Amino acid sequence: MASNSSSSTAQQRLRIIAGHLQKRPEDENASVAAQECKAEAPRSEPSSATPVPRRRQEIMKWNGWGYSDSRFLFTKKGQAEFTGKRYRLSGLILPSLKDWFEGTFGANLQHRSPATPSLNLSAVAPPNLNQPFVEDLKAAGLVVSHDPEDRVFRAHGHCLHEVFALREGRIGRVPDMVVWPSCHSDVEKIVELACKHNVCLIPYGGGTSVSSALECPREETRSIVSLDTSQMSNIHLKDVFIMRCTAVTLTLHIVSLTAGSETLHKASTPLCLSRNTFPVRLLNEHGYCTGHEPDSMEFSSLGGWVATRASGMKKNIYGNIEDLVVHIKMVTPRGVIEKSCLGPRMSTGPDIHHFILGSEGTLGVVTEVTLKIRPLPEYQKYGSVVFPNFQQGVACLREVARQRCAPASIRLMDNEQFQFGHALKPQVSSMFTSFLDGLKKFYITKFKGFDPQHLCVATLLFEGDRGKVLQHEKQVYDIAAKFGGLAAGEDNGQRGYMLTFVIAYLRDLGMDYYVIGESFETSVPWDRVLDLCRNVKERIVRECKERGVQFPPLPLSRVTQTYDAGACVYFYFAFNYRGLNDPVHVYEQVEHAAREEILANGGSLSHHHGVGKLRKEWMKESVSGVGLGMLKSVKEYVDPQNIFGNRNLL
Amino acid sequence: LAPRHPMLKKRDSFEDILEERRHSSDLRYALRCYTPTLYKGLVPCKASMLKSIVLQSDHLQYVIKQVSSESGDSTECVAEEASLILDEMAHRLQLSTVRFFVFTLSKAFKRLFRSVCVNEEGIQRLQQAVQEHPVVLLPSHRSYMDFLMMSYLLYMYDLPLPVIAAGMDFMSMKFVGEMLRMSGAFFIRRSFGGDKLYWAVFSEYVKTMLRNGYAPIEFFLEGTRSRTCKSLTPKTGLLNIVMEPFFKGELFDVNLVPVSISYERILEESLYARELLGIPKPKESTSGLLKARRVLSEDYGSMYVYFGHPVSVRSLTEGKITRSQYNLLPRCIPQKPSADTHEFLNDTAFRLVRIQEGNMVLKPWVLIATLLLQNPDGMDLSSLAEQTDWLRHLALAFGAFLDWPDHAACSEVISCSLALHRHLLSVSAGHVQLSVTDAPQVETTPEEAVFHQAVVVLSCASYRNQILHVFLRPALLAVAMQSANSNRKDDVYNCFNFLRNMFSSEFILCPGDSVQDFEEACYLLMKRGVLQVLEHEIVMSASGHSTLAFLSSVLDPFLQGYQVVSRYLCEETNENLTEKEFIPAVRNFALKLILAGRLKCYEALSSDLQKNALAAFLRLKAVMKVKVGDQVTLKVNKIAVNSLEDTLGKSDVISHQNSWWSRLVL
Repeated sequence: MASNSSSSTAQQRLRIIAGHLQKRPEDENASVAAQECKAEAPRSEPSSATPVPRRRQEIMKWNGWGYSDSRFLFTKKGQAEFTGKRYRLSGLILPSLKDWFEGTFGANLQHRSPATPSLNLSAVAPPNLNQPFVEDLKAAGLVVSHDPEDRVFRAHGHCLHEVFALREGRIGRVPDMVVWPSCHSDVEKIVELACKHNVCLIPYGGGTSVSSALECPREETRSIVSLDTSQMSNIHLKDVFIMRCTAVTLTLHIVSLTAGSETLHKASTPLCLSRNTFPVRLLNEHGYCTGHEPDSMEFSSLGGWVATRASGMKKNIYGNIEDLVVHIKMVTPRGVIEKSCLGPRMSTGPDIHHFILGSEGTLGVVTEVTLKIRPLPEYQKYGSVVFPNFQQGVACLREVARQRCAPASIRLMDNEQFQFGHALKPQVSSMFTSFLDGLKKFYITKFKGFDPQHLCVATLLFEGDRGKVLQHEKQVYDIAAKFGGLAAGEDNGQRGYMLTFVIAYLRDLGMDYYVIGESFETSVPWDRVLDLCRNVKERIVRECKERGVQFPPLPLSRVTQTYDAGACVYFYFAFNYRGLNDPVHVYEQVEHAAREEILANGGSLSHHHGVGKLRKEWMKESVSGVGLGMLKSVKEYVDPQNIFGNRNLL
Repeated sequence: LAPRHPMLKKRDSFEDILEERRHSSDLRYALRCYTPTLYKGLVPCKASMLKSIVLQSDHLQYVIKQVSSESGDSTECVAEEASLILDEMAHRLQLSTVRFFVFTLSKAFKRLFRSVCVNEEGIQRLQQAVQEHPVVLLPSHRSYMDFLMMSYLLYMYDLPLPVIAAGMDFMSMKFVGEMLRMSGAFFIRRSFGGDKLYWAVFSEYVKTMLRNGYAPIEFFLEGTRSRTCKSLTPKTGLLNIVMEPFFKGELFDVNLVPVSISYERILEESLYARELLGIPKPKESTSGLLKARRVLSEDYGSMYVYFGHPVSVRSLTEGKITRSQYNLLPRCIPQKPSADTHEFLNDTAFRLVRIQEGNMVLKPWVLIATLLLQNPDGMDLSSLAEQTDWLRHLALAFGAFLDWPDHAACSEVISCSLALHRHLLSVSAGHVQLSVTDAPQVETTPEEAVFHQAVVVLSCASYRNQILHVFLRPALLAVAMQSANSNRKDDVYNCFNFLRNMFSSEFILCPGDSVQDFEEACYLLMKRGVLQVLEHEIVMSASGHSTLAFLSSVLDPFLQGYQVVSRYLCEETNENLTEKEFIPAVRNFALKLILAGRLKCYEALSSDLQKNALAAFLRLKAVMKVKVGDQVTLKVNKIAVNSLEDTLGKSDVISHQNSWWSRLVL
């Protein structure tokens, strides 16, 4: 088995991005030079190899994204800096962020909109406890809390309106109590008691939902209990065993930390491979990986992935969650649902896994998941390609998809996002580097005639054995060349991937200066990708104008996944809200309009964020009345009392 | 889209563009630097490149394969055919040709018109619209001048030159056809119903230009020049083509710009009247055009071009079209518009035509023509002045866009108008009468005399028709009130609705708008103090009689004309009446009635009215079309026609046509 210093995916990526962040001059020319996976310990060993503490607020922000010690700020000199020690970007200065920020949004560092510093406990309504239920739980030896901080922490995901309200100190309905099961039978006990006493259960995993899935329904009159699955993870790490199914596919059985309800997709680092939520490190130590790397994997949970039909960045090699799952065990009010074997495929009627995948915590709690695992790749390499415009870029990705030669990850950023990525370039250490940057820019814009206002960049990540990676890389670059693409080095590629993990931290920075924003996503057939991106962006600009937004908004788009039949498109959208009375309402109206535009242009309701309560109104239109009726009848059978009453999806 | 109450409309003021032309060099003007404002998303491409984009498009490739598999011809062969169709169709816009036209047209316009007036605010709005989204220009169509003038104006204001959908008949004009092609016209066949390939080439060609923002697309909603100066029932085919890129998400939005072009005197005036009387339209030919040079020596008064507010297709469709209906098929596969899309297109087309109508400038002569037609025996000048003034106020109250000269006495305005249209009139001893002025003095048969008089009447009617849209709804109500059995609102509404259905091919009446139309009519007449509309009853005010009588007599020629047609269908037809024979036969029938002195209404001779009447009877199922061999024959349900005629006859109580005025004076 591979040792700790072998080619661990996590460490590999950490090292490469670190290399990019602390740029060494010799890396600059190495646009196609292969890199050997060397044993190099990451700079910051994950600080908490232990599971998430029950009191999450001790290490995480109560009103923003991620760890309390990690945040962006503008120093007195007006330079942007990322604090803490957890990430490779931590402690670095980002000299161009301020100009980009002020120039793009019309924001000003003098105009601050700071958050309420601490939670006002008196704003939290006293818990509505179901005493007999509480007593039965305690009698069963379960850990519970009705501490206001614990409850507030589990009352929200990371939608803009949720975080904005917290920053203003506004607290709505929160769960009345939190319970922490530590194993499958604990969950069975809790569900049984909930049915007996008729209380509402809302499963809680990583809290990274962006679909209002964790919001307590206003109309709920019963006692609401948040079922936090975080303490289920480490208990069974010792029980990990590996089954050799075939020579290439291995199955790892992990009794998981699991949850129902939240969507996993908020940007976070793919570098810090899930210290707390998933025993990836252990897996890596054995020389394996699941290959499932959603951008939020630092915080999100395995159960959450299952419950929302998650998608990982490297799905081209490993597949999405539905392709990775071999077996699921879920506790429902009707009892436990699971398959009887680990067969890789079954023809036994509709796949019961598909009732669970994407059920968003409405049917029960996922307590065990068996995932396929794969040997860790021998070799990994970033890359990027510059295209003269977005159209050419999309045409290239489509051709790559047609030839089925997509690397582990291939993403196409539009021009605005490319410029955004550039604003996140850390301080360059030498004259030589900045000279080279200048040269590169000159080559692309003047010599090749690319318009800096139109060019766009595809970022690539190759994985596999070394020979094949190099061969694969050549194939992809050859296709790109046919569409006018120029190889633009690993540097740009890495920066592109970095963007996805810092974006959520950056939103908190924006909110300190009157800038609010959010991301949303869709999937769409290839022939509609361009039209959809253009129309949605234009709709956003128009809606903002009509709703009195004083500054031009910034809509960005990115093609993040390729499929045979289409692509996943991701949007970021932010604007400066100075002068607006109710910015969140304006934001919501604009996002609503953008979603209508997506649907009108042949996009789906969601590729991987899920529906939650935010997008429920379009479910019928999306899956037809009969389709919705089918889902409702399943809910009716499985949970007639609506114990899992988060009211998502249906 | 259209404000329901026309009085609320605000209209821009006009600038005379000929003013400057009269003072500076036309040549220098034609050669000046032309730098049009461009669409922000323009994909620059040459006219020649357009062809290959169209031929390579997924849509056309799909249809070529389909046609090839259906017909058994090789795809190369079908593709070749497509390429030929495109060659025949495509424009070859060249700035040099446009400059040539600008030079010659400057000369011509100055000779023909006293002034050419344009609302410059409309131009500014268009300049804005052109940059934001692809633009479709929708001018009204009354004359050949229309599209020449449009291109001329766009050149003049540094706007991108439009490409214009023109009928194939122009192409047969040697040299001129090619000149028009080089100034941006593209040619489409008049009918290509079942020809899939033709439709595909044509629609893809238009859509490609629209998507690339190549140039504004210009076409005529009415399909052809209106010979009667009434707006024609709009066609939806091209409208569907230009909207589809929006429906399918290929464009964020499309701006439709209705343009109203009105003439104080129409160049084709008597030509149209002759055509309506069955003297066939001369084939467009260059020599014909040269003969038309005579036209250049006459005075045609002023011309007005009003650029309406751009209408965003996106906002039009809001809540009406589910764009996601196009999600399930690849967009290159042609789809027939769904039922609700079709309804939307139809509705929109009507509304756009109503906007065109509303922005047409009406000259005082239009009022005079209306009065003279109602008084076939002529009027005293003093009484004409008095009634014109009265009518002017009524028209303004109903929202007419009337260009009445400021600070001029009514009699002065009238004598100017009479002078401009003297060829239709005889004035002697203070008495004005519509009459034949240039008729040969050699003896004519009674039939010829009737036709000569009819030319004058129909020419004059083409001016009255320009104001019909202002009076139409109140007039329908006025007639309905006369023919209804009671004053009860629902009785009156039923009659109104009957008339509306009867005349829906004759006038622009948006399908499905009958309730709004009724309310609009009630509102206008109530405001004028003519009616009181109570909860269940509509009561005429004491002073309202004359207005109602006037309004009824506005519709009188149409009521009479439709009755003539129905009488013909009942009395004269046999089993074998073919569709082709219908018009000449009705014309003969009407002619006989006139000669016998039983009919005074010359407008019954108009083929337009006869066609519209037949369309109404077909729509109301009183007549059926039956295909026998390759002939279409008309099967008449005489009982149904008779009962329709009875209902119409009830309305036709005003046989003394001018009685309304005497009541007013009393």
